[in-house]
Amino acid sequence: MAVSRINEAGLNVNQYGNRNLTINGAMQVSQRGTVTGITGSGFGGPDRCAIVCSNSGTYTLSQAADAPSGSGFDKSFDVACTSSDTYGTAADVTHLRLSSLESQDCMKFEHGTSSAKKLTVQFYVKCSYADTFGLALVNHDSQRSNVQKFTISSADTWQLVTLTYNGDTAAGFNNDANLGLSLDLFLGGGSDYTGGSATLNNWDTRSNNQSTYVSSTSTKFGTATSHTFNVTGLQLEIGDTATDFEHRSFGDELQRCLRYFYSCGDGSSHVYQAFAYGSATASTGVETLLEFPVTMRTIPSVTQVGNVHIGNGVVGHTFTGIALSTNQSGTKRATITLSGASGMTQFRAYRVEANNDATARLQFSAEL
Amino acid sequence: MDIKSAQYISVTLYDGTKQNGSIKAVIGEQTWSVPIEPDNAHYQAILEWAKEDGNEIQAAE
Repeated sequence: MAVSRINEAGLNVNQYGNRNLTINGAMQVSQRGTVTGITGSGFGGPDRCAIVCSNSGTYTLSQAADAPSGSGFDKSFDVACTSSDTYGTAADVTHLRLSSLESQDCMKFEHGTSSAKKLTVQFYVKCSYADTFGLALVNHDSQRSNVQKFTISSADTWQLVTLTYNGDTAAGFNNDANLGLSLDLFLGGGSDYTGGSATLNNWDTRSNNQSTYVSSTSTKFGTATSHTFNVTGLQLEIGDTATDFEHRSFGDELQRCLRYFYSCGDGSSHVYQAFAYGSATASTGVETLLEFPVTMRTIPSVTQVGNVHIGNGVVGHTFTGIALSTNQSGTKRATITLSGASGMTQFRAYRVEANNDATARLQFSAEL
Repeated sequence: MDIKSAQYISVTLYDGTKQNGSIKAVIGEQTWSVPIEPDNAHYQAILEWAKEDGNEIQAAE
């Protein structure tokens, strides 16, 4: 007999799917791998994780095989300072962007209405020193934020943090594919970010809350090259209760990550791995069509990593320019133009491939 | 976003006219081809960067 209705009362809320609004919260997917030498903002390590820093040191972001034992996690987002700084000017700042959501995915919060829902964040964290940090939820459409503090009581020791944020009845989201909400974990800042006394767990304009993002007694991450910071098990959910972490398969998380970043080339041992096929528009360049595995958030930017060349199975041609033409590209596929080569035959087929380099890739970014 | 330089890259249309097709930008340690697309975060950041004194998106060659 067909079941016409499931009795919800018989289910545990931890069995409900799609509770976790973040992507890659278990830090399983890392398409970029380790990224070193970051002095401004940048992504690195686990997908969707980024650092924003301004005159506050140099950082390496990576995926670490380090997680709290018995937690069900085995990877974490690892942040390491490689060149220190003193936060000498007021606007200097370092924060992690642990997650960012499209505005259209925030409409379910009902913020900007009297029914605005609370949001609960949980994550495991470890730092090389004990300190108090601020985690701000930022509404980028209304330029408002809500900050709360948490304390790491012991250095180099994993601990679970759970924070519940009030709903914002005053301002909502734009319901588009641009940046709506971000989870910004503040590690250090100049005087613009410290000394404030804004009410915690209260939505206000970012400028009013900003000086409360960093504790006035903060050690300030990045003032020593021994500073490290790890996060895993990140979950954001609607409501005032932290439920069990919603584990998703690697494949599920990868599919979600691909909307924002696609690394074409898997770093395998296939050192002449082909990325795309096309034909020569002249003796100096080719035009290729490349399909994305999922529809990307917006028309992406493209870059090459490692040694990539144009080949036909017999002869390889180096090129000097790579460009994605806005006119011929979209969110499902892109036309990539390679230029500055020589010796090719117009209208003959060529492929874009790794040139004896297992690290070679084409990377596409539609990050928020 | 650590933008160090930006320059338009032109494309030639079927009628022979040229127009800006993308932007070549050095961001951090990487060179990106950035589409002229309002929702692209690199493009948004380049426009903000270009508003600062001394910064300019160079014309296509």
